[in-house]
Amino acid sequence: MKTIHALLAAALGALALAAPAAAADRSPEPHQFSFDGPFGSYDRAAVQRGFQVYMEVCSACHGMEHMRFRHLGDRGGPFEEVPIGGEMVRFDNPNDNPVVMAIAAEYMIDGEPDEFGDVNERPRIPADPFPYPYDNVQQGRAANAGAYPPDLSVITKARYGGAEYIRSLMLGYDYEPPADLELRAGNYYNPYMYGSVIAMPPQLQDGLISYEDGTEATAEQMAEDVAHFFAWASDPHMESRKSMGLMVMIYLIILAGLLFATYRQVWSKIEH
Amino acid sequence: MSGPSTYEPKTGVTRWLDSRMPIVRLGWDSFVDFPTPRNLNYWYTFGGILSVCLVIQIVTGIVLAMHYVPHVDMAFASVQRIDRDVNYGWLIRSIHAVGASMFFLAVYMHIFRGLYYGSYKAPRELLWILGVVIYLLMMAAAFMGYVLPWGQMSYWGAMVITNLFGALPVIGQPVVEWLWGGFSVGNETLNRFFSLHYLIPFLIAGVVGLHIWALHVPGNNNPTGISVKTKADTLPFHPYYTTKDGFGIVLFFIIFAFFVFYWPDALGHADNYIPADPLVTPSHIVPEWYLLPFYAILRAVPNTLGGVVLMFGAIGVLFILPWLDTSKVRSMRYRPLARWFFGFFVIACLGLGWAGAENPDYPVPGLGAIGVDFLLMGRVLTIYYFAYFLVILPVLGFVEKPKARPASIEAAVLEEAAARKGRASKAAQPAPAE
Repeated sequence: MKTIHALLAAALGALALAAPAAAADRSPEPHQFSFDGPFGSYDRAAVQRGFQVYMEVCSACHGMEHMRFRHLGDRGGPFEEVPIGGEMVRFDNPNDNPVVMAIAAEYMIDGEPDEFGDVNERPRIPADPFPYPYDNVQQGRAANAGAYPPDLSVITKARYGGAEYIRSLMLGYDYEPPADLELRAGNYYNPYMYGSVIAMPPQLQDGLISYEDGTEATAEQMAEDVAHFFAWASDPHMESRKSMGLMVMIYLIILAGLLFATYRQVWSKIEH
Repeated sequence: MSGPSTYEPKTGVTRWLDSRMPIVRLGWDSFVDFPTPRNLNYWYTFGGILSVCLVIQIVTGIVLAMHYVPHVDMAFASVQRIDRDVNYGWLIRSIHAVGASMFFLAVYMHIFRGLYYGSYKAPRELLWILGVVIYLLMMAAAFMGYVLPWGQMSYWGAMVITNLFGALPVIGQPVVEWLWGGFSVGNETLNRFFSLHYLIPFLIAGVVGLHIWALHVPGNNNPTGISVKTKADTLPFHPYYTTKDGFGIVLFFIIFAFFVFYWPDALGHADNYIPADPLVTPSHIVPEWYLLPFYAILRAVPNTLGGVVLMFGAIGVLFILPWLDTSKVRSMRYRPLARWFFGFFVIACLGLGWAGAENPDYPVPGLGAIGVDFLLMGRVLTIYYFAYFLVILPVLGFVEKPKARPASIEAAVLEEAAARKGRASKAAQPAPAE
């Protein structure tokens, strides 16, 4: 029945990847991420770089409604441990994390009403959300020729192919569009997009940003890093999940063995 | 309970209790000394597994309800909050979501088991019917639960399913608006689905109680289908089946845990991580895997009302199954023809699931060349599904010549054991020559 399950899951997957008859979409390019597999974990440096790409590039148009700055310092997050005086220090409460506090403070937000009822701007604190590029959907549409840039909080869970899809999509602008495809102004050909037509212009070019950790910012590198960041943002507890899973599996397999021995012992004198 | 009670209260307190409310006696007679056929195989562990599933769903669901917000503007965000910020919220939600699939996996095993060994036949017709009621309630609970995260599939799934009632003549539209609580799927719909999703599991628990009661009067069926005749045919439930069921349950937990910890989203749909948008229809609206066969039956009929009738008929036919199967023999072990048709029936159900998942216009891999698309496949399998219940089982009872059956459960067990020993000694014979 497990295989049936896998088959059904595969059938569902195939369904999502199956293109509409008009344009032949491409499946995401396979790519090895450090978080793949049952023991995989996030590469903190990659998530940090991806966060920088998001903040400097993506966040101009895409929000992440469900993200708070404190999430960056949560267990499993990119700034869980930060260097202080040449030593890596772990903060159990991300609200006390100086790096997270400093990142949050770069952005302003309307504060709580003061004693006169006036609302003044204040720097954000770790408990505040990431800044959102639009006040409402209409504003987002108006700013983007009618196409609302989707929220990216859970984007790798909301698309088949997950991080591989994001990486492929970001690098997928170099394909020759089919001759019979008519692209309207403001649309681009990208075979990784559902339907192969996307309203987002190509974003990543070599040297677009300069990474804080000195890594060379090639388009390839940025695509991989930003995919890594979105994978973490979509599934921030993956590392706890996998490590707990290992313990649970070991426990259950031992328990199954003991129960099987008990069962055999109890039934040993009975023909059945 | 089958047979007189063997419970003897030993302390003053239990004697006091036993003469006022014999609850300990009930538990003893039902789950300790209950006489159970000695030949139950692992297919019979799914009953125990299912009760564990129900408890898991209720416990995790109650915790989730403490954090979930049933409002169209906040539901999606509250689920995100559970996943991100609630302590172990990711774990509890994953168990609940995967648990729904596991519940159905187990119930399908349980139902196919009952179909194969003829567990629906006299004197267990009511037991079977109560089981079908539980299955119906499970589908309602699962459907409403899937709506709660208020993702794209939630919203559009609710739209498609509630709109089916609109196919009813005359009362259709008023019924749909009554279900919605308005003129479209909206906040009122979400609120009532949440309320009902919380209610139904307790209804299920109640019917499960009746199901177990109805089981404990005639006692378990067994793989031979032969009724218990003497005490030698049975074993006390404890320790024999507590250990066997316990082992089965832990094996099931291993599969369960694999999905919860390593593949939590495999059984769901990516589109449900996109917030519900009434203005954007997903390219393919598909239900969860466990409802796909019924979706295929629905789509097999070109007329909506006909599809709806057939879809509900697919479950309705199960209610009258005890009277459709005319064979006097319960277990298909001794029914040489029926077991083949049963095998095809299982394949048909899986095939219907596949057809339900795919776009009906797409060709079936391997059969596309001869013009078979998923719509045609769904239609053929739908015909087989109904034919199995309405034609094959009624007719087989008259034309099939059953194989010889053992005299009793004990005789069957001893015969098998002897055969096993025979094989073992035959296999052991070449050993000295080596």
